[in-house]
Amino acid sequence: MKTPATPSNLEKVLCAGHLAVTSECGPPRGTDPEDILKKARAIRDFVDAINITDNQTSVTRMCSLASCAHLRNMGVDAVLQMVTRDRNRIALQSDILGAASFDIHNILCLSGDHQSFGDCAAGQNVHDIDSMQLIQLVRMMCDEGRLLGGGEISRPPGMFVGAAANPFAEPHKIRVPRLAKKIAAGARFIQTQCIYNVERFIEWMNEARDRGLTEQAWILAGVTPLKSAGMAKYMKNRVPGMDVPDDVVKRMAGVPKEKQAEEGITICVETIQRLKEVPGVAGFHVMAIEWEEKVPEIVERAGLHPRPSVG
Amino acid sequence: MIVGRQKPLEEIWDLVSVYGKVLVFGCNTCVAVCHQGGNKEAELVASMLRTRATTEGASMEVRSGGIERQCEHEFFASAEADIEWADAVLSLACGVGVQFLVKRYPVLPVYPGLDTCFLGDVEKAGVFTESCQACGKCILGLTGGICPVARCAKRLFNGPCGGSNRGSCEINKELPCAWHLIVDRLDALGRLDDYEKLASIKDWSTERAGGPRKLVNEEFVA
Repeated sequence: MKTPATPSNLEKVLCAGHLAVTSECGPPRGTDPEDILKKARAIRDFVDAINITDNQTSVTRMCSLASCAHLRNMGVDAVLQMVTRDRNRIALQSDILGAASFDIHNILCLSGDHQSFGDCAAGQNVHDIDSMQLIQLVRMMCDEGRLLGGGEISRPPGMFVGAAANPFAEPHKIRVPRLAKKIAAGARFIQTQCIYNVERFIEWMNEARDRGLTEQAWILAGVTPLKSAGMAKYMKNRVPGMDVPDDVVKRMAGVPKEKQAEEGITICVETIQRLKEVPGVAGFHVMAIEWEEKVPEIVERAGLHPRPSVG
Repeated sequence: MIVGRQKPLEEIWDLVSVYGKVLVFGCNTCVAVCHQGGNKEAELVASMLRTRATTEGASMEVRSGGIERQCEHEFFASAEADIEWADAVLSLACGVGVQFLVKRYPVLPVYPGLDTCFLGDVEKAGVFTESCQACGKCILGLTGGICPVARCAKRLFNGPCGGSNRGSCEINKELPCAWHLIVDRLDALGRLDDYEKLASIKDWSTERAGGPRKLVNEEFVA
């Protein structure tokens, strides 16, 4: 058992040696906190922490920080997703301090989708620093209690710092080096891209394990249930960096339309079952996109419920 | 070189239609290479403006002219008479040239005939590609000679991002992923290990962020 370095529930679960479960919720395009609270209530007992996305696909939404604060107020461990697209280094540090003031103890450092995909395609992007440098920045703020400009932080944040990894994207030769780089920058947990090509994922994990990376960071395998054969095809052909093998598409297409959602859940559960056996997998990140209500079923059927209480 | 693109005639007409004597003024270096703003293009734009003026029944005289570079005093001598004649100048130079004219002729109306696009190379005849953003602190020595500031849509220093897709950028399949190119190049140079070196946070004060820039080369200041 490792000793947690932060008050994060997610970190405590991982340190205690349990397979962790996280999920994510997208904030509303509006101001009603109930939208996010409702999603969180439905899944809180089935996960150890809930990620809140940060204007995902560059579509303007309620901010991740406020949404995480709502989660904290209901006693849920929140993972603040933060992209470097929209904020310069002043705003990033400021938001990290703000998040820590609400006792938000997890952060996932991302660069963010390009704004051309969203509702403000004519907008600027910032990218003052990149996701790798954001990891370093948060670690510096937490561990050294310092701001970039050298100033001391009174009551430094205690944040469990994470990063995303994509085992599938090209160029393949830097997939593991890129993971190593994020871990060297200070990432302590990793949430991966959705896994459909389990074989490829296992190769990546083997290589990561050979380099000792699974000893240095917890890797949460990302899974997303497919709702339909159409979604499978879309993910395969249209979403950059996504690897959906033909047999998965075929399997989805092979059942009647009204049964496809159920099949998607079954595939997701089977994927988790297989990944549980892969050494180095420390848990699961269940991304049920606008389908959060299915998270409890997936977690239960995968044998990951009840969630441990680690105080 | 600086790459530009002619503005649509409609927009140009709206800018200059109130003037009686318009000089369409070419700049025969960078923007001539991309066939948008050279002295030859100035003749063409002048002729289009004349036709438009006739169609509109406007009494406008249009002349064309041009010099080698609108961004340096020494080239202007041959054009002084034309500029003197004009009520307004439609400059086909980049934004630098347009503003140089404004500085040189404080009471002469000067309008841009081009949209200045980027600093780029001539990939092949007729194809121009952005390759530098003049950030003021070159990092090409660290990135295998390929610039992520100019060529990555997120100007990442430790890319590629999750949107890199089979060698293309997520925003456009026709756009190569700069970090894919960097990785391949480092590999070709036998320097793939360098990929794992973390690039430190960039000092953007030498870029636009630091305010308008000036370079003074003391030895040559007259």
